[in-house]
Amino acid sequence: MTDADDNVRYDQARYVENGQYEPLLSEKDLTRVEIDEGDDGDDSPLPDDLTRDSLELPELSEPELVRHYTRLSQMIYGIDSGPYPLGSCTMKYNPKFTEDVAAVPDGAVHPDRSEESVQGTLELLYRLQDYLGRIGGMDAVTLQPPAGAAGEFVGIRVAAAYHEHNGEGHRDEVIVPESAHGTNFASAALGGYEVVSLPSDDEGRVDLEALEAALSENTAALMLTNPNTLGLFERDIEEIAEMVHDVGGLLYYDGANLNALLGRARPGDMGFDVMHYNVHKTFATPHGGGGPGAGPVGVVDELAPFLPSPRVRTDGDASYELFEPEHTIGKVHGFHGNWLVLVKTFAYIARLGDEGLTDASAKAVLNANYLASRIEYDVPYEPFHHEFVASAGDQDAADVAKRMLDYGVHPPTTKWPEIVPEALMTEPTEVESKDTLDRLAAAFNAVAAEEDATLEDAPERTTARRIDQTSAARSPRLSWQTLSDEEE
Amino acid sequence: MTGSHSHATGSPYAPHTEDERAAMLEAVGVEAVEELFDIPEAVEFDGEFGIDARTERETRELVRSLLERNDDLTELLGRGHYGYYVPSLVDHLADRSEFLTSYTQYQPEVSQGFLQALFEYQSLLVELTGLEIANCSMYDAATALGEAATLADRVRSTGGTRVLVPDLLREGRRSTLENYVAGTDLVVEEYPTEDGGVDLAALEDGVDEDVVMIYAENPTVRGTIEERLAEIGDLADDAGALFTLGSDPIALSLLERPVDVGADVVVGDASVLGLPTSYGMGLGLFACREDYLRQVPGRLVGASEDATDRRAYTLTLQTREQHIRRERATSNICTNQAWVALRTAMHAATLGPSGMVDLAKRGVERAEGLAERVDDLVGIKAPVHDRHHLREFVARVDQPARAIAADLEDRGYAVHVVGDHELQICVAGATDEQIDGFVEALSEVVR
Repeated sequence: MTDADDNVRYDQARYVENGQYEPLLSEKDLTRVEIDEGDDGDDSPLPDDLTRDSLELPELSEPELVRHYTRLSQMIYGIDSGPYPLGSCTMKYNPKFTEDVAAVPDGAVHPDRSEESVQGTLELLYRLQDYLGRIGGMDAVTLQPPAGAAGEFVGIRVAAAYHEHNGEGHRDEVIVPESAHGTNFASAALGGYEVVSLPSDDEGRVDLEALEAALSENTAALMLTNPNTLGLFERDIEEIAEMVHDVGGLLYYDGANLNALLGRARPGDMGFDVMHYNVHKTFATPHGGGGPGAGPVGVVDELAPFLPSPRVRTDGDASYELFEPEHTIGKVHGFHGNWLVLVKTFAYIARLGDEGLTDASAKAVLNANYLASRIEYDVPYEPFHHEFVASAGDQDAADVAKRMLDYGVHPPTTKWPEIVPEALMTEPTEVESKDTLDRLAAAFNAVAAEEDATLEDAPERTTARRIDQTSAARSPRLSWQTLSDEEE
Repeated sequence: MTGSHSHATGSPYAPHTEDERAAMLEAVGVEAVEELFDIPEAVEFDGEFGIDARTERETRELVRSLLERNDDLTELLGRGHYGYYVPSLVDHLADRSEFLTSYTQYQPEVSQGFLQALFEYQSLLVELTGLEIANCSMYDAATALGEAATLADRVRSTGGTRVLVPDLLREGRRSTLENYVAGTDLVVEEYPTEDGGVDLAALEDGVDEDVVMIYAENPTVRGTIEERLAEIGDLADDAGALFTLGSDPIALSLLERPVDVGADVVVGDASVLGLPTSYGMGLGLFACREDYLRQVPGRLVGASEDATDRRAYTLTLQTREQHIRRERATSNICTNQAWVALRTAMHAATLGPSGMVDLAKRGVERAEGLAERVDDLVGIKAPVHDRHHLREFVARVDQPARAIAADLEDRGYAVHVVGDHELQICVAGATDEQIDGFVEALSEVVR
């Protein structure tokens, strides 16, 4: 199956009414409710000066709403619709049963419940801390950060607290490879650090000489993902760890690419001191249009006293309690983080076990290598693990992506990392079959053979045609109120 | 087992048959998958996690049996997190797999449905707050407050370092805020409250040109409704500081519009609609004045046109975001709570404006009604604060509050202990029957 014509013909749902796609709720109805202080006892129980005058929102029947949201859902492409090889984002199939385990009523407890009354919740959290510690080779884990970037920020805050505690508060620099996720830079900056950008060497890995030059007594930490965003394993990781530790810095592991390593290597064993897990990428939790996820953080013993509060511990006698680490940085979420995501993570790990997790990484790496061997675009850096970065060459990577949509597949991440010109960053994950990978490769290859004009005109089979993103930014219209103001 | 999809020992979600695997290895040019791993021997992991695989059924049973250890209590708990009834429609529609299994809308042409739902969510918050801009979600109220402080730090042209928060602020919000500003010059200071509301005179004494943000909540964590918000807004305005108001969509359906009391930013937890209690999982709402458009943290969905001139939606103003501006981004947020925002928008749409207003009104009436019934009991006085209340109130007990709460728990009810002799009681998610049962139990334990 290599011919584009053999590919799945894709036509995404599109509803058109009065010349527009599915109308906004506000275009179906807007009803204004006046709020007055009532004398007869059936209106506002509050004095006028404490209440708003009115509230204007759509008022629709349940059947109308069901159709609206059903139509909207049909105008979305998800991993359940087809392959979604979005490099660095690890869009893998999520088993359906994890949704059910997270929906059990016993899990829906208020965060202020007494510890005695939520022993089940605490035990599940404790067991998940333990699972994640084993998988990452880390001594202690907090489950509180509500996303990967939040986990990075916790890592940065923990590093700062650790240095401060040791009388090393002068350390004000965090080193980040230029190919790293943008969140690394932003999280370090949010933590108050100067960000020192680290160039890659010719092979796409950390340039050791540049690292040597960047390291100093001001280094608080080096943030690294391994394999890196090119899918390449940092082979010199032991030397890197030694160099960072020699100047008194900490080594931070960005867990975004952990799916490539499950059961084969552990950040703790490589010399990392602190890491976050993107549990929604490596384990289970559908990405839900951009979240929620969760970003637990693991640390070595030395850093454990600084973790956010509270953590869970047991007296070893099936009794669980919350506790505050000795030098805790405090809290990074109002309550306990994204609990429902953590339940799914726990269930996924418990389902797969050692062999399933290890097999997942093996097949993720096999799939990436197989797909790369099938596509005609150049892949300049190898050997890669779970993802690879191809170059669209003379074509515009963003246009390539638009055209791929017409072949019923989601395109890769485009134009990043910038090390590769017109980058197509591709991560098929372990959940795609050989047939699907062949279909994906056929889509890549069909597009590679097409004229620029075809690409620029794409996509044509999707709900909306090419969207003008420039005008969206130039004259922002961010609510239905703005749209109706324009019409007036 | 040629052609079999049996997965006795591997990932049940990796669909490779043995034949396919062999063909793929051959195409790649290796004999075993191990050859594809480029990991130095010294750091290879050769141990085991010690995690046994289970069948799907066994796994479900494991989670169920763990969570069954939780006591089945009627929760009269609030203080910033509320367990309202979520209509069935929300579960059924939000669980449609296109909503669940899509990612951030980097390809808007195939993501119109989600983008439109988020645009509608933003619009909901614009109507509720009266402010021109709302983003399409942050993690929770505490982190949204942290983002508000860093926004204030960026937009305040005259500098300044002081962030003022009420002494009633929940510890989790205060602590999270402290972490968010740890990398800035900002310092968080408390201003006093009096009888459960802002002590305006004391606040006024504490405000000077060095204040960058004043934060207040309506309702407060004790369930009281603030009566002097407009004056706080004026104080902030005079000092050139941002006025950030904490609230939630149900409260905002009835209470004064933030824009009318001079709020520059509104933060809070929007998951009061759309999510069950979920051990505190939330949805940070963030709305602000149009002036701060280029400094807003988080994602924004905007309307545009496609090549057929039909209106279409797209993520916009991404040059503020971490994947483009890196260390100069307005926030490090990437994955947020989009699906929870969807649920909130669905719940709000199900209620409609009259349902939203009614829910808020009932929160006032039922809290005040329960407080009266509680006050009729011997050994307990409610509400402690002589103010209007929404959803919850503080009660004073003659006996130690902790002991009363423990006795209530034995009878199946959970309430907050907020002082040695203070309990806090919330009616948000409780049915009338549950409240009757609670009054009965309370009458027994306060005796």
